[in-house]
Amino acid sequence: MSDVNLAEDIQADRSKMHVSDTDVAIEITGMNKWYGDFHVLRDINLKVMRGERIVICGPSGSGKSTMIRCINRLEEHQKGRIVVDGIELTSDLKKIDEIRREVGMCFQHFNLFPHLTILENCTLAPIWVRKMPKKQAEEIAMHYLERVKIPEQANKYPGQLSGGQQQRVAIARSLCMNPKVMLFDEPTSALDPEMIKEVLDVMIGLAEEGMTMLCVTHEMGFARKVANRVIFMDQGQIVEQNEPEPFFTNPQHERTQLFLSQILNH
Amino acid sequence: MSENTFAYVATSEKPQLPPPQGTTGAVGWARENLFSSPLNTILTLISVFVVFSTVPGIFNWAFVNSVWNANSLDECRALTENGACWAVIRERYHQFLFGFYPTELYWRPILAFVLLFVALVPALWDGMPKRGAALMASMTYPFVAFWLIWGGFGLEPVSSTKLGGLLLTMIIGVSGISFSLPIGIVLALSRSSNLPIVKSLAVIFIEFIRGVPLITLLFVAHVLLNYFLPKGVNFDIVLRVVIMVTLFASAYMAEVIRGGLAALPKGQYEAADALGLSYWQSMRLIILPQALKISIPGIVNTFIGLFKDTTLVLIIGLMDPLGLVAPTLADQRWNGIFVELYAFIAFMFFIFCFAMSRYSMYLERKLHTGHR
Ligand SMILES: Nc1ncnc2c1ncn2[C@@H]1O[C@H](COP(=O)(O)OP(=O)(O)OP(=O)(O)O)[C@@H](O)[C@H]1O
Ligand SMILES: [Mg+2]
Repeated sequence: MSDVNLAEDIQADRSKMHVSDTDVAIEITGMNKWYGDFHVLRDINLKVMRGERIVICGPSGSGKSTMIRCINRLEEHQKGRIVVDGIELTSDLKKIDEIRREVGMCFQHFNLFPHLTILENCTLAPIWVRKMPKKQAEEIAMHYLERVKIPEQANKYPGQLSGGQQQRVAIARSLCMNPKVMLFDEPTSALDPEMIKEVLDVMIGLAEEGMTMLCVTHEMGFARKVANRVIFMDQGQIVEQNEPEPFFTNPQHERTQLFLSQILNH
Repeated sequence: MSENTFAYVATSEKPQLPPPQGTTGAVGWARENLFSSPLNTILTLISVFVVFSTVPGIFNWAFVNSVWNANSLDECRALTENGACWAVIRERYHQFLFGFYPTELYWRPILAFVLLFVALVPALWDGMPKRGAALMASMTYPFVAFWLIWGGFGLEPVSSTKLGGLLLTMIIGVSGISFSLPIGIVLALSRSSNLPIVKSLAVIFIEFIRGVPLITLLFVAHVLLNYFLPKGVNFDIVLRVVIMVTLFASAYMAEVIRGGLAALPKGQYEAADALGLSYWQSMRLIILPQALKISIPGIVNTFIGLFKDTTLVLIIGLMDPLGLVAPTLADQRWNGIFVELYAFIAFMFFIFCFAMSRYSMYLERKLHTGHR
């Protein structure tokens, strides 16, 4: 699919969106988080619709990772509400597991399991968490490995793959759980330039299929192409959010302007 | 152009030159590995001197001049000036292997020993067909071995006081090794957990056991346990020793494994969590396989230490191989024969410890799945 088509599709998506409760994938209201005395996240409010693609950017240490990690409880928030797919995140372990099953996550450093083959990495969660028969899990895994274009690596170990290939496996591993939401935390920032594209292509493909995505990234080309909304964070707050075009061409807030001038000029 | 122009480009392929002299072959190897610097040269010469001044002597003593057939130390000495008197081993090896176990029942511990390897196959060989079922069958081994060695249920009973020698070492060592690993894992997980009570219990246990010498624990097993246990409850001394040795080794094991847990990148825990694996699933499938792999050298170290520490039971009067030296010396005929006995015991221990060490090296190589 060409970029033009994609852009049109996305425009169409945007106009199709109605706001009703069942369409809300993630709702964060008044969320606050502290590390000891340090107030990392302040009054975060964010509503993500199903099929929406959100790019989060901001300077280092602004709390981007912390925010998206709160969504699947890798970090605990101290105040406010997070509702994912209609389930509120509390300290109830059952709820947490339920949410983690529906939310996939890709990390900056891939975090593949080095003692398992690529195929085993992909089938592990479906088999143990979804209780899927091994055979079926392997079929699904091969399907997604084909989608990220590395089925031939299925029996290798992560240590034998390049960074870009590892990150694509990590995406396939998450997809095998058939998640409703995908979180990405700087998926390309540990990669060499020539590998960034192969990973972004996979993510664009996901966007085309209507996956709900929250992506922390500084790849502004990617943000322009696929995001419905770009969020700018600074010092633990959401400072500004807008559709990509106006966000990039006409940022409202001073800090956003400063940030954009810094990253776009380099 | 005339014919005698110079050509700077070769017109035919020239054969490859040999490497500079002295970098290949025996001379090259020696130059690189033995004489590469003055210090290395000195060390090499010292080593050669040490080897030449000791090995021939030991070899002559152990093999060339040794005596295998004799009835007493005096007979040996009459036959050879400076040779080993292996006759004592020949006469008494069965004691060093089985203690005072009834001779006609030797087949029982031997069968138990053979079955040990059968039971180990599914644990050590991960590509085995029907491994799950085989592992379950292996689980019954302790009961089978217990029955074979102590008897009962149709077999003639043998009392613990008759057990000794390598048999006793193996009983304590193998039980200690096989129980200390799982207990150590549980302790390590407890110590790394977020649950305050579980964590402090593990810390108290580990620090207490590590802070006390094994001999003290053995004395507790030997003497004090009788006071603590209710009257009439009196369980076997070998069992008590096994429990103490196991507890002792588990405390060390726990710390070795905790080191492995701490060495794992945080991302592994996070990836497992993010996929929705439960705590036990992520431990079993993701964390422990990697942490144990990192800990293999430390784990085997603890195993070998435990195996050798079993000799301490001689202090509370059990007849392990070292404990059997005294009764042998008490025999008029063999009075004064220390070196041969200790050499033989050292040899037995070496075989087992060396085998464990080799297996651990094999395991490390096999589990290596490429750099991370
Ligand atoms: N475990 C922790 N304990 C204390 N402070 C922490 C912890 N984790 C993160 N922080 C702090 O919280 C702040 C936000 O961190 P976070 O990782 O969310 O930033 P980020 O926006 O993702 O930055 P980057 O672009 O560098 O990844 C930082 O100032 C960081 O120092
Ligand atoms: Mg970050």
